[in-house]
Amino acid sequence: MSEVLIELKGLSKNFGDQQVLKGIDLNIRENEFLTLLGPSGCGKTTTLRIIAGFEEPSHGEVIFDGVDIAKIPSYKREVNTVFQKYSLFPFLNVYDNVAFGLKIKKMDKKLIEHKVKRMLKLVGLEGFDKRDVTKLSGGQQQRVAIARALVNEPKVLLLDEPLGALDAKLRKEMQIELKKIQKEVGITFIFVTHDQEEALSMSDTVVVMHEGVIQQVGTPEDIYNEPENRFVASFIGESNIIEATMIKDCLVSFDDYEFECVDKGFKNNEAVEVVIRPEDIDIVKPKEAKIKGKVSSIIFKGVHHEIVVETKHRDYLIHTTDYFKPGLEVGLKFGPDDIHVMYRMDWENGGN
Amino acid sequence: MKHFRKMIWPYMIWAGIIVVLPLLMIILYSVTKGGNELLNIQFTFENFKRMTEPIYVDVFVKSFKLGIISVIICLLAGYTLAYLITSFSEKVQSVLILVVTIPMWINTLLRTYAWISLLSDNGLINTVLVKLGFEPINMMYTDFAVVLGLVSDLLPFMVIPIYTSLSKMDHSLIEAAHDLGANRFKTFWRVTFKLSIPGVLNGVIMTFLLSISTFVIPKLLGGGQYTLIGNLIENQFISIGDWNFGSAISVILAFIILMSITFMKKIDKDEIEEE
Repeated sequence: MSEVLIELKGLSKNFGDQQVLKGIDLNIRENEFLTLLGPSGCGKTTTLRIIAGFEEPSHGEVIFDGVDIAKIPSYKREVNTVFQKYSLFPFLNVYDNVAFGLKIKKMDKKLIEHKVKRMLKLVGLEGFDKRDVTKLSGGQQQRVAIARALVNEPKVLLLDEPLGALDAKLRKEMQIELKKIQKEVGITFIFVTHDQEEALSMSDTVVVMHEGVIQQVGTPEDIYNEPENRFVASFIGESNIIEATMIKDCLVSFDDYEFECVDKGFKNNEAVEVVIRPEDIDIVKPKEAKIKGKVSSIIFKGVHHEIVVETKHRDYLIHTTDYFKPGLEVGLKFGPDDIHVMYRMDWENGGN
Repeated sequence: MKHFRKMIWPYMIWAGIIVVLPLLMIILYSVTKGGNELLNIQFTFENFKRMTEPIYVDVFVKSFKLGIISVIICLLAGYTLAYLITSFSEKVQSVLILVVTIPMWINTLLRTYAWISLLSDNGLINTVLVKLGFEPINMMYTDFAVVLGLVSDLLPFMVIPIYTSLSKMDHSLIEAAHDLGANRFKTFWRVTFKLSIPGVLNGVIMTFLLSISTFVIPKLLGGGQYTLIGNLIENQFISIGDWNFGSAISVILAFIILMSITFMKKIDKDEIEEE
């Protein structure tokens, strides 16, 4: 693993009497694509703005390359930002927007031209130099904003929901392109989004936030397959979340039965929650499974059917490519790998 | 929409009677001789020729000098004021803007008399100075008094358009400039000021227009010997009764103002295209 570039230590932020960040600890490594993911108001944008230098943390440190920069103004930091609404300078054309930062640094004109041209090529806007930025499409403005930030060769690029204003198709294209650009320039990208699919498909590391607290840090696979609590499980994809009791290591009990699982390290008889992803449940004949129920609805979703099976204790959501008639008596089967045990959430309103 | 077009006709007729017709009359007066009968009009350029006499050229030069000085002071003071106002919360901003505009509710004449009572030889300022043991200063009937009167009169016309352009500015552009390495000073010149240029030009045009055609302030604060274009026109119409010459001066003034506005608009456009 590469070295830690940014270290957030005990970061908190109050706006008036409202605490939007409650002690954020996070290590951000060199060359990684890290996503801050969460619903609106979770503190992800505030965290980004603190790293950019637009907000000062109420408490805590921002260690950048070994130095605490929490009190250093944004114009002295080696980070650049791609803003949510692009924030291009309307009175400058494409070339001058991209050249803005280099001109501030009083760089040689020839060198500026070389760098700007190269950057415009990288983002696919060759020959757009003299265009009026206000007359560009959303996707093109987006590219100018990325070029304007990257041309300064920052160590970190911050992206504040940059794809939010684009339509679905363009969004997909830009996701791929951003990932490509990140690989090409080889610097750290910190990306803020509320879109879990975007986070999973682009990131090396996903940081799930909720109510000013980090819920889980991990690779997209970890976050999806091994959610640490109910909030993460319900925010990332669809899932069946079941209250359960951990009998002992590798044995969990719910819905009147005991199931083998692979999770360890909980106290014996600890109250836990279990998540089972809808695609991990197999529908079998009733006698082949412990949990039995009746198909109550089936919806065609294109790639799969979304089936709800009504059992004694709860409704299970199942994704399968097979068709089952509503009313059919079925059994639900899942292996030890499919059961993910999580700590119970100790606050209210945490997800659904 | 086409249906509603008809509804502008009453306004067109109204504007025709009270704006266009008098304007045409002034132009007609400016190119005719005095004492004309309605059906026996004698055209002449004599009125315009008279304007080239040194005494009148002097009046124009003096008026422009004073106008430009007032506009520059208004710009410096007005921009600073507008910029400071935008740094307050929205509630305070609207109160401050109200304070700036309150003088406009008071008649110019009254305001000017208020200045007299402050500036005159035995006015408030000199009384205080004498009490403190200083020599009294002669302020009335000087350039200083006229410029002071003009600036205090015109300041709101500068502050309002600049404030408007500053307050509707997208704040994230300032953050973007900081993000790209511009400190406060560079951000102001490269972003904030650039974005406020339309407001600045509107303010400059407005104050210049008003300062160049004023006649009450120079008359009261400048004393009898102080003649600006406005006073010249006023005299021709009211005291001397030479409407033809008065009209010619008005036409020239209008032409010069029109040229200056065109020039400023061109600056505005070039400024944007240049970068």
